[in-house]
Amino acid sequence: MASNELSSSVKIAAPPRELEREPLVLNNRPLGWISNQIVGIIEGKTPRWWWITFVISALVMLLCPIYIGYLITTGVGVWGLNSPIAWGWAIVNFVFWIGIGHAGTLISAVLFLLRQKWGTSINRAAEAMTIFAVMCAGIFPGIHVGRIWFAWWLFPLPNSNGPIWPQFRSPLLWDVFAVSTYFTVSLLFWYMGLIPDLATIRDRCKNFLGKFFYGLFSLGWTGSNRHWSNYEKAYLLLAGLSTPLVLSVHSIVSFDFAVSQVPGWHTTIFPPYFVAGAIFSGFGMVLTLMIPLRSIFKLHDLLTVRHIELMCKVTLATGTIVGYAYGMEFFIAWYGGNPYEAYCFQNRAFGPYWWAYWIMISCNVITPQFFWFKKLRTNVVLVWILSIFVNIGMWFERFVIVVTSLHRDYIPANWSYYSPTKVDVLTFVGTFGLFMVLFLLFIRFLPLIAISEVKGVTDYADPHHPRGGAKGGHH
Amino acid sequence: MENAHAYGLLAEFDTPADAMHAAEKVRDAGFTRWDVHTPFPVHGMDEAMGLKNSKVGWFSFCGGATGFTAGYTMIWFMNSFNYPIVVGGKPLMSPMFPFPVVYEMTILLSAFGAIFGMLFLNKLPKLHHPLLKNRRFKAATDDKFYVIIETSDPRYVEEETRELLESAGCKHMEMVGE
Repeated sequence: MASNELSSSVKIAAPPRELEREPLVLNNRPLGWISNQIVGIIEGKTPRWWWITFVISALVMLLCPIYIGYLITTGVGVWGLNSPIAWGWAIVNFVFWIGIGHAGTLISAVLFLLRQKWGTSINRAAEAMTIFAVMCAGIFPGIHVGRIWFAWWLFPLPNSNGPIWPQFRSPLLWDVFAVSTYFTVSLLFWYMGLIPDLATIRDRCKNFLGKFFYGLFSLGWTGSNRHWSNYEKAYLLLAGLSTPLVLSVHSIVSFDFAVSQVPGWHTTIFPPYFVAGAIFSGFGMVLTLMIPLRSIFKLHDLLTVRHIELMCKVTLATGTIVGYAYGMEFFIAWYGGNPYEAYCFQNRAFGPYWWAYWIMISCNVITPQFFWFKKLRTNVVLVWILSIFVNIGMWFERFVIVVTSLHRDYIPANWSYYSPTKVDVLTFVGTFGLFMVLFLLFIRFLPLIAISEVKGVTDYADPHHPRGGAKGGHH
Repeated sequence: MENAHAYGLLAEFDTPADAMHAAEKVRDAGFTRWDVHTPFPVHGMDEAMGLKNSKVGWFSFCGGATGFTAGYTMIWFMNSFNYPIVVGGKPLMSPMFPFPVVYEMTILLSAFGAIFGMLFLNKLPKLHHPLLKNRRFKAATDDKFYVIIETSDPRYVEEETRELLESAGCKHMEMVGE
């Protein structure tokens, strides 16, 4: 078959079979099949499992308003914070969720700029994950300020307190700008990607409400090439803008720690180390979410084993960078000659929080090493289990950084021990409910794979390929 | 006169290559009010249609320049003019400490420029378009490729235009109402 097609088109020396890359959409699925498969998920009946998980998630989500309400009405004393450990689970959870939120923009922006076409199958869901994770993250600094009714002081808003403005030398304020910019740009980038796909759903929709809402939000998109021309330029620009943005956001989150004087925080390795950790945890979460969706919705031809393998490779690379950073921190703690720094790291590994440190090391440094082996990378169930360890490990990394550095700093008289209370734990559990509720709504009402982008990477979309209609003679 | 209420002549193609060859013919025939509709951006279609480089970049650049200037101005106004705060005996204004915030504002407004500039150039959102009423055209967001030549084009003559599109290999053609 292939030789027939080739003889009728331009003769190109084909690479040997074993060097050919596996296609991104398997079984030569045509364009219409891609729309049917992805929009079919939305058009079909709501599955029973969806309702069950949705109700459970919604009930878990209720923990958030309950315990945040309790916190506001009672005071931050309901958390396990004490002096000197003034940053506890709230900040750990904030950094954890923000870190998860890094894979979405990374996948869509960096992979797009590097012409890694495999990103098209996972970018939509990963961007949705980003937005929902940043929403969960945003809760914590807001409620952590103590007097929540003054949280608006974080923003440079005109006020009647004399002219009093935020203090722009503070990394905490840089963080406000970084996170809110990240959220806004990620949301717009996600929405812009959705416009052509919403138009696809609009054009297939049978019921009135669907026609109205998908029609409204697709903004009257007709697939005009004059529009695509501007659209693609805007997409390229946004990818170019999001890449420095995604790197800057976690760098700035790390400045919250690195700009302070606390031993264990005051290090220059923090920005790259935090960024690598964020990408690592983000890919971990993408694997955790996408592997079940792939088998539930039978997306094996769109989300191939090759996609999972490639994600495992990114996880391996970033996990190894994180492991290197752990080692380098220890080396500098000794080589830098600062006794407080040296004690801090010794205390991390062998002090009262040794268990957290070793959970972190085993989950983040040892777990990804399994991905060196193709046999293990292609075992989808095993990858899913390992991805959960990555999530756990990255939460513990933030716990180790925040709590072990604070609990024993300079003067032994100030030393203390920190344990979370029920309120700390259940608020965090509640944010998982919120995340799942949002994600379930997303997979029910929006296309979880970027339809037009996946179509664009198939042979049928290439006007110079026989499947795209190329005949001999053109060029 | 059928054409008095007609928006344009819609030609359907099965593959991106066919649509692209048709676009090249329409371009060479000198039409100006016409377009190609595809379910995804087709690589090389801009050249086939004779489109110039998109102007979105200028909107993005202006957004970024505004963000950068507004960022520094805002921080200078707030922290060293309207309510000066001395921290650690450091100068009231320096290019360094506001930089992270200015950087984020530059990116934010560049992104606004890119997205809203794109929507502005595309004249979106648009609540009505003659093509959206056409049943067959619904496949433009699925798996078919369309060339539309508007009746208002100065070069439009129904017979000749039909012949041109037929010679490009069009399988189905129809008039679209206003």
